Amino acid sequence: MLWINKGRVVDPASGTDSPLDVLIDGERIAAVGPFAEISHAVANRGGKCDTLDASGLIVAPGFIDLHCHLREPGGEGSETIETGTRAAARGGFTAVCPMPNTRPVNDNASVTRSIVERSANASTRVWPIGACSMGSKGESLAEIAAMKNAGIVAVSDDGRPVATAKLMRQVMDYCGSLDLPVIDHCEDASLAAGAVMREGQTSVRLGLRGMPAEAESICVVRDGVLAGLTGARLHIAHLSAKGSLEFVRGAKKRGYRVTCEVTPHHFTLIDEDVVYDSNFKMNPPLGSREDREELLGGLADGSVDAIATDHAPHEPASKAVEFDKAPFGITGFETAFSLSLEQLFHTGRVKLMRLVELFTTGPARVLGMERCIAVGQLADLTLFSTEHAWTFHAAESASKSRNTPFDGRTFKGAPMATILGGRVTYRR
Amino acid sequence: MNPATAGGHAPEGIIVGESSPRNVVPHRFRHLLGIEPLPAEQILFLLDQSKPFQGIQKNPLKKLGTLRGKSVALAFFEPSTRTRISFATAAARLGADTMNLQAESSSLKKGESLLDTAHTLDAMKPDCIVMRHTSSGAADFVARHLEVPVINAGDGTHEHPSQALLDALTIRDRIDRIDGLNVTILGDIQHSRVARSNIHLLGKFGCHFTLCGPAMWLPHELEHIGPPGCTIRRTARIEEALEGADVVIVLRVQQERMNEPALPMGEYILMYQLTEERLRRARPGALVLHPGPMIRGLEIDPAVADGPQSCVLDQVTNGVAVRMMLLYLLMGTPTDAVPGAEPMADNK
Repeated sequence: MLWINKGRVVDPASGTDSPLDVLIDGERIAAVGPFAEISHAVANRGGKCDTLDASGLIVAPGFIDLHCHLREPGGEGSETIETGTRAAARGGFTAVCPMPNTRPVNDNASVTRSIVERSANASTRVWPIGACSMGSKGESLAEIAAMKNAGIVAVSDDGRPVATAKLMRQVMDYCGSLDLPVIDHCEDASLAAGAVMREGQTSVRLGLRGMPAEAESICVVRDGVLAGLTGARLHIAHLSAKGSLEFVRGAKKRGYRVTCEVTPHHFTLIDEDVVYDSNFKMNPPLGSREDREELLGGLADGSVDAIATDHAPHEPASKAVEFDKAPFGITGFETAFSLSLEQLFHTGRVKLMRLVELFTTGPARVLGMERCIAVGQLADLTLFSTEHAWTFHAAESASKSRNTPFDGRTFKGAPMATILGGRVTYRR
Repeated sequence: MNPATAGGHAPEGIIVGESSPRNVVPHRFRHLLGIEPLPAEQILFLLDQSKPFQGIQKNPLKKLGTLRGKSVALAFFEPSTRTRISFATAAARLGADTMNLQAESSSLKKGESLLDTAHTLDAMKPDCIVMRHTSSGAADFVARHLEVPVINAGDGTHEHPSQALLDALTIRDRIDRIDGLNVTILGDIQHSRVARSNIHLLGKFGCHFTLCGPAMWLPHELEHIGPPGCTIRRTARIEEALEGADVVIVLRVQQERMNEPALPMGEYILMYQLTEERLRRARPGALVLHPGPMIRGLEIDPAVADGPQSCVLDQVTNGVAVRMMLLYLLMGTPTDAVPGAEPMADNK
């Protein structure tokens, strides 16, 4: 038994925000209540119990990351399920959803099963996302139903958009019948061809090829219109442009089943921060000042459903090249929550309950799941501080890769302990 | 003391020129990666320092021993004839040896990374690396990893600082000033490192720019890339662009770019070729510059290219002088000893 005492439980599912203790028995929550009640419960169960002092900490449901790349199988030089989930646990996550762009692509049940088996001892739950199309090539449907039986929670051709409107319609129709969300990396391939950052004053000044914000928005509109046609659940990955968010707001108003996620780097950094440093190169690229404002607004007002990391590790050598030749992507697990506190909570834009929602019930709802702190539930919990001062050093990261623009950044607040099925996977 | 005859290191890295008081300003950078971060007085200092080297070009015996025993690595990852020969000539006239790396024969073809190639070159202990590369920011990237001075001889569509310096020198020689001029740049501005470096340089002296070319090569963001105090306007009409110009810079039309974005060559000639008739809209005696290589009959009418307003050959001669000046400053002086010296990379 594990007794988490003196903490403040914040649970968006029930709207709870009060000083409560949590008692865990085995892998599930056995009791939630005031100190006196839980001491009584502990005594009733024989009094033998480990305790975890949570004074000054918030006790939240375990964080879920809807979007990451664990690189296994095929890219073990930059990350493995073991190192990636260890980094995720340090970031407060108890469940992560790896995208299917592994080698081989997760487009059939045997790859899905292999990922699930390799994740048996991981530091978080691993909920794979399957490919929409064979090899994510945008030609023919992947074995989606078989992958669902093997454990996928959604489909996506992430890294690239679902290639054509026709294929997207088929994927939506089919996934609607399987009750799976379709996640799209929205990008008009012709407008984005050859681009290495967002088009704007900075790209023109640096002489780097830019993609306009519309490259994303055009695809968001295509997908949104098709979600209306098919009634399927559409989730927009790493939304980065103002125009895209405006469309998502409208689609939600019309009752379409459209959700979206935003990454910490897109609501923290902007295109002006790019100075030929490949740790600032990701796709979608960093947007304009106005885009960032709009994303922060959407995170506050509820039009953004989840914060997702898009953790994309790359070996140092692959990033230590000319800017235009470097691969897209940055790591994100260990800085996501602290950046969110910095940009959203400490600035007063977002209340604590909403911030927790963006990491827990928000992403859970995208996947059609529930997430709450209640008796009988799996004891997946994240304990965090809003005040703890610390500095992120990429060299000390649990990830195998170091490609982050946030090396050396000082933060206020961090995940302090992560509990997965009653087991402590991280303690700061 | 004249740097061209000094034959050695000037004290404290400060090169005292003929008589101008601003020549006591030392240069405050270790690498020359771009014009954008340089303050105006640094640019004037560089132009003034070029003067004695211009004189040497007229001597029957042009070779000095100033940099004897030093070596320059010419790392041209993108094919180049003119700029490479210009730097090689500049090095030779200063008595320095050159090591050549060319794209066609380089290990890059065999898959070696730029960083590994740069470290390899560095291990041969050159005193300066002059590099050209197809990627914007490539010189900046190499400079961040090496101690040896790096001169950017053109990086992608970003900057070409020695070109802008030689252009400014050419303009100043002909009309005695570079401030407040009306400068018209014709061509594919979006993809031109020459245009960017010229805007950064002449912009610091309050020049007024008119950028002209097919609209898809003229993104509106160009209006904001210049330094404070300069104005930049865009127009797709060449007649309007040339009105009242003091200087016209004609860019090479890169035929390899004609397909992206698509524009038939005939369209370009019809709309944007600099002809004698069109040039008459500029101020009388307006200067015509071209960074070369020039394609007669495409972006420029041969009559203009060979006419009295053309500065094309002066540009080539001045290119050697400017590059001698740069090599002399970056290799010939212990810049680390300059008080308050900051490497330029830190300003980026």
